[in-house]
Amino acid sequence: MDPLNAIVALANYVLIPGAAYGAQLALGALGVTLIYGILRFSNFAHGDTMAFGAMVTILFTWAFQSWGIGFGVLPTALLALPFGIAVTALLLLGTDRAVYRFYRRQKAAPVILVIVSVGVMFIMNGLVRFIIGPDDQQFADGARFVFSARDFKEWSGLDEALVLRTSQAITVVTAVVVVIALFWFLNRTRTGKSMRAFSDNEDLALLSGINPERVVAITWIIVAALATVAGVLYGLDKSFRPFVYFQLLLPVFASAIVGGLGSPVGAIAGGFLIAFSEVTVTYAFKKVLGYLAPGGWEPDGLVQLLSTDYKFAVSFAILIVVLLFRPTGLFRGKSV
Amino acid sequence: MNSMGMVAVQAVVLGALGYFAGGAAVALLLVALRLLAFGVTASGAAGRADLRNAALFAIVAVLLVYSGATQGWNVALGIFNMGLISAIMALGVNMQWGYAGLFNVGIMGFVALGGLGAVLTGMPPVAEAWAAGGLRVLAGLAIGAATIAGAVVLWKRMAKGAARGWSMVALLVVGFFLFRFVFDAGVAAVEAVNPASTGYLGGLGLPVLIGWPVGGLLAAGAAWIVGKTALGLRSDYLAIATLGIAEIVIAVMKNEDWLARGVKNVIGLPRPVPYEVNLQDTASFVQTARDLGMDPVEASSIAVKLCYAGLFGIVLIALLWLSQAALKSPWGRMMRAIRDNEVAAEAMGKDVTRRHLQVFILGSAVCGLAGAMMTTLDGQLTPGTYQPLRFTFLIWVMVIVGGSGNNFGAVLGGFLIWFLWIQVEPMGAWVMQIVTWPLPEGSMLRDHLADSAAYMRYLTMGVVLLLVLRFSPRGLIPEK
Repeated sequence: MDPLNAIVALANYVLIPGAAYGAQLALGALGVTLIYGILRFSNFAHGDTMAFGAMVTILFTWAFQSWGIGFGVLPTALLALPFGIAVTALLLLGTDRAVYRFYRRQKAAPVILVIVSVGVMFIMNGLVRFIIGPDDQQFADGARFVFSARDFKEWSGLDEALVLRTSQAITVVTAVVVVIALFWFLNRTRTGKSMRAFSDNEDLALLSGINPERVVAITWIIVAALATVAGVLYGLDKSFRPFVYFQLLLPVFASAIVGGLGSPVGAIAGGFLIAFSEVTVTYAFKKVLGYLAPGGWEPDGLVQLLSTDYKFAVSFAILIVVLLFRPTGLFRGKSV
Repeated sequence: MNSMGMVAVQAVVLGALGYFAGGAAVALLLVALRLLAFGVTASGAAGRADLRNAALFAIVAVLLVYSGATQGWNVALGIFNMGLISAIMALGVNMQWGYAGLFNVGIMGFVALGGLGAVLTGMPPVAEAWAAGGLRVLAGLAIGAATIAGAVVLWKRMAKGAARGWSMVALLVVGFFLFRFVFDAGVAAVEAVNPASTGYLGGLGLPVLIGWPVGGLLAAGAAWIVGKTALGLRSDYLAIATLGIAEIVIAVMKNEDWLARGVKNVIGLPRPVPYEVNLQDTASFVQTARDLGMDPVEASSIAVKLCYAGLFGIVLIALLWLSQAALKSPWGRMMRAIRDNEVAAEAMGKDVTRRHLQVFILGSAVCGLAGAMMTTLDGQLTPGTYQPLRFTFLIWVMVIVGGSGNNFGAVLGGFLIWFLWIQVEPMGAWVMQIVTWPLPEGSMLRDHLADSAAYMRYLTMGVVLLLVLRFSPRGLIPEK
């Protein structure tokens, strides 16, 4: 019995990675849920928007690195982030002007907008591969660890090490800052309130003189910021590979639906729920149980519920359960 | 790093130039197609839609013949065969979208399941693997299925309350560990049998043609699970659920080596048609080829492709006839009534969710059938090559460009878009060469752009989809 080591091992392999991944999913799901709330369709291009934002940020990061501009212990990508957001926002506003506005004016059925977003996804997907190629890109720099395995072992004297990578710490901190800023904006500012009013009841909002085009434009800008931040954080934490962002679509949608489409709080809760479930179910608990079990009772197998290849199955299973038992999501999203 | 970044920035500028040239060419082609078709109509009997549609098909035929004359008949027949399969997939999707307005984003999964069906039927069984752990694997699967069925029964029979929830969770947890206990050992034993060449249970050893309907049945089963949960809710939910099931189907096929060797691929699937080598050894065939003035090797490959074309053509014509009959029947009218106004149809006493489930399963089964046919044509099952952009969204482009709701439109879209999909890549490489000719030989930018030409297809398909949706939402052959 060695509960201390067990807790440290659990934190190292489940809690910290889960929290970082959850923050990334939550940011992605916030973008999906905002588009759903204001524009009333599920945006299939969101994963590729994240990839596009991350790509632009990477290009700026490389430019800064070549000019010798760094950010000390923090990754240069954080400096490049505002530029990435700006370019992505321009792209999304351009897409809205060229593509979505037409259907909005026609009051097209949501499913038509979903198909249109699939077309946009195709284009963004090609654009990203066209510009940066399909390969793995490394762009993280600065200090690698907040504290490394050796630091922790020397400090605590335990067998197990707790590692906190800079990217994980930055992910969580950035996500908290972004979420606080978003909620302040939605709840305290005039523009944010007009957005919520528009989301709640479009006709009533129009009657009260809210300019719908302005609300839509601001939504796209916020979505660009959220998608770029989520994409960059994911890229810093893992690595940047364009096809992975398409695969993120499923957990991101699952997070948004589990929380309740259209509900920002739900998106955050859903993101963490999906992330922790994925990490917990696919983690091999042999080590943790080995510390907890009394002598001689250590498990032989890996005690892994599902192989990591099936992590999509976890978000899918949660999605199905929620659709079956509570289709509006945990936080009562907009509609069934 | 800097030069890489700069290259990328320059690539945006030059690439955009080259890209718009390519995109514009495809768009112009589509516009020309419509104008040409209208021109034929105007010169012939006025307003005769049938003539226009026939002209559209004739144009596709001319495109194929042209590529046959310039690139060789082998290439043209290869495109034609995949065009037939694409047309069948498009028919399946058209049932779901065109008849009923259901948005299925998981076509890839159903197509892959169809391929699995072909393998599980057509490949010979591996006796040692069955002896080593086949029954144990089956027992494990049975326990898993029984657990889920038991949970469903429990949920339906017990009274509402906390007891019901907890007992269901307990049943699932116990069932899961029992399943893993029985299943894992069986899988390990099966996969240990000669892993380099088999390491899986093999199939039933039946003729591969039987595998086609089996593939359709597998896809139908998956569609039933998805449809049962996601239909009756918002239309977006079905899209997301199908996206999920497709990813899971591919993940299972990649990782469950005992089933179909995973990423090690099953190769050498038995064929329903003769082999080229056998034809070349047949004296009468060689003589006929010589008499026709053809090289026997090329003639054998063309003959095999023609056999496939015949088989696929029979399936396509049968399905097209059935789909037309269904669309014209009271059932088809009811489906379209539901699509156009669910509330009104429900008020008339139609069970909307049930009908949706029915057509969703039918359409998915057709996609599975096409998937089994494609695996048969390839002679191998390679789970690693299933990409959603290629197997899901390309089919959507086919249906929407062809004309959603019209079976002939779906077939036309299948042929036309598949032709473009194959031909855009060399076109892209060619455009890139023109755009980059002022650049010095061996410059990084030139290489980068040449490498990127492959991704022009995605861009082009996206642009085509958006243009058609915006300017011609009813497609080339509109619904009547």
